[in-house]
Amino acid sequence: MRRRLLPLLPLLLVGSACSVDGIQSVGGRDGQGGAAIADLFGIFLVATLLFAAVVAAFLGAAALRRRGRRADGIEDPEGSGTERPLKTGLIVWIAAVAIGLFGLTLASHLTDRSMARALPDPASALRIEIVANQWWWDVRYHFRDPSRDVRTANELHLPAGVPAHVTLKSNDVIHSFWVPNLAGKQDLIPGRITDLMLIPRKTGVYRGQCAEFCGMQHAHMALDVTVEPREAFERWRAHNAAPAVPPTNALTRAGYDYFTTRECSTCHAIAGTPASGQVAPDLTHFASRRSIAAGTLPMSRGHIYAWIADPQGPKPGNAMPYIGLEADELHAVAAYLESLK
Amino acid sequence: MSSRSPNKLARIGLAGAALLALGACDREERDTSRQPKPETISLASSDPRAKEYENSSFHISQGQRYYSWMNCSGCHALAGGGGMGPPLSDDEWRYGGRMEDIVQTILKGRPNGMPAFEGRITEQQAWQLAAFVRSLSAQPRQDVLPGRSDDISNAEPQTLEERRPQQSESNTTLPSAEKD
Repeated sequence: MRRRLLPLLPLLLVGSACSVDGIQSVGGRDGQGGAAIADLFGIFLVATLLFAAVVAAFLGAAALRRRGRRADGIEDPEGSGTERPLKTGLIVWIAAVAIGLFGLTLASHLTDRSMARALPDPASALRIEIVANQWWWDVRYHFRDPSRDVRTANELHLPAGVPAHVTLKSNDVIHSFWVPNLAGKQDLIPGRITDLMLIPRKTGVYRGQCAEFCGMQHAHMALDVTVEPREAFERWRAHNAAPAVPPTNALTRAGYDYFTTRECSTCHAIAGTPASGQVAPDLTHFASRRSIAAGTLPMSRGHIYAWIADPQGPKPGNAMPYIGLEADELHAVAAYLESLK
Repeated sequence: MSSRSPNKLARIGLAGAALLALGACDREERDTSRQPKPETISLASSDPRAKEYENSSFHISQGQRYYSWMNCSGCHALAGGGGMGPPLSDDEWRYGGRMEDIVQTILKGRPNGMPAFEGRITEQQAWQLAAFVRSLSAQPRQDVLPGRSDDISNAEPQTLEERRPQQSESNTTLPSAEKD
């Protein structure tokens, strides 16, 4: 029986490794911090597996071992005479545990120190401020020249190889910022400022996720992360620092009018228009993002309609209320938002 | 041990009974007077939504978020103490203190500064805001009031506030109720 199950073990291991190439993978080595942590995790995994194997071997041996018998066939309470080697073995075992624990502590300490030493000066890094809300991320890029600043939501663009110093705040409850491919977690605590250094090494598309339970839609609080070459990042920055494109036809004009004079603009802002609400995601270049509502829906015309028509459907409990738009209003607002590339 | 006297047992029993009796001291007071309080008269709402919103902790806390998000706190202060705008945590209502009156005030605006929010917020948000505004003076039922503010605040929790009877110029209280 045991023999038959044994071949399944490698299969299991392979199965657990499948996610390594994913956009949200704790085994990811796409950022400097992430790689160090992944190495440390590997050391811990090997060490603990080794010790677990020895424990399992001892338990198995104990279960299989027969007690010694005297000449008359009665069990010998004194044992089978293997006590002496066993005692030596146990002493060696205790020493190994002590050394092993010390080694793991040392590895953890050294990784921690080397990560801290490798941190570049925050003053020279790209400055990003992220404010967490139930349940979305407000993202601002700060530059020395404020006209270059960018405000966006639920997405993060990073130039590869450039350290990014992320300042983290929360508006309501405790959240946790986690892009597992790039770095470890960092909590966002109301009334406090925490920070994190991201040093992406590889271009690609990753997914961040709130890692501290923060209410009903905690699972739908994701962050699209794009690591791109410097030139591509600079293009993205320049495009996103610019005001929104003005409406071009009658339909988008009607959507613009509704958006800027009605419920939408009470909470949402679109740069370059009178819409200047500050409590909801900035929609200046909404249609250029990969998803709607913090990773809840992929960006597409159908999902834009769905979200505006009934925001409480796909993400119940979120702060966007049901507006009750008429069909022509919905059509116009959706067309306008879709034009905000 | 087994020779514990029945006297001792009786004493322990007595102590237990005394403890139980002490626990009963803080019993709720039941107002059995048949004369209704003035506030219950003026609160007789015509709109069925009023009770629905006011009796819900969820709606009150939603109203609390909107209260700061939509900058009501800019004029009326975070805990409703007032400033540029009239205080909302006292017992005076210039334009009526019923849910319907407050919703009207929010949606249509009032003279001397209160802007109209109709079309700027949804009707449900106005009702939720009204429920929160009434909670500032502890008007809703005690068990739906929040035990603490969402923000850091030195104001007393609304659940500890004394319920202020409503005085409204638009809703004259019954003369017989004045004696109460």
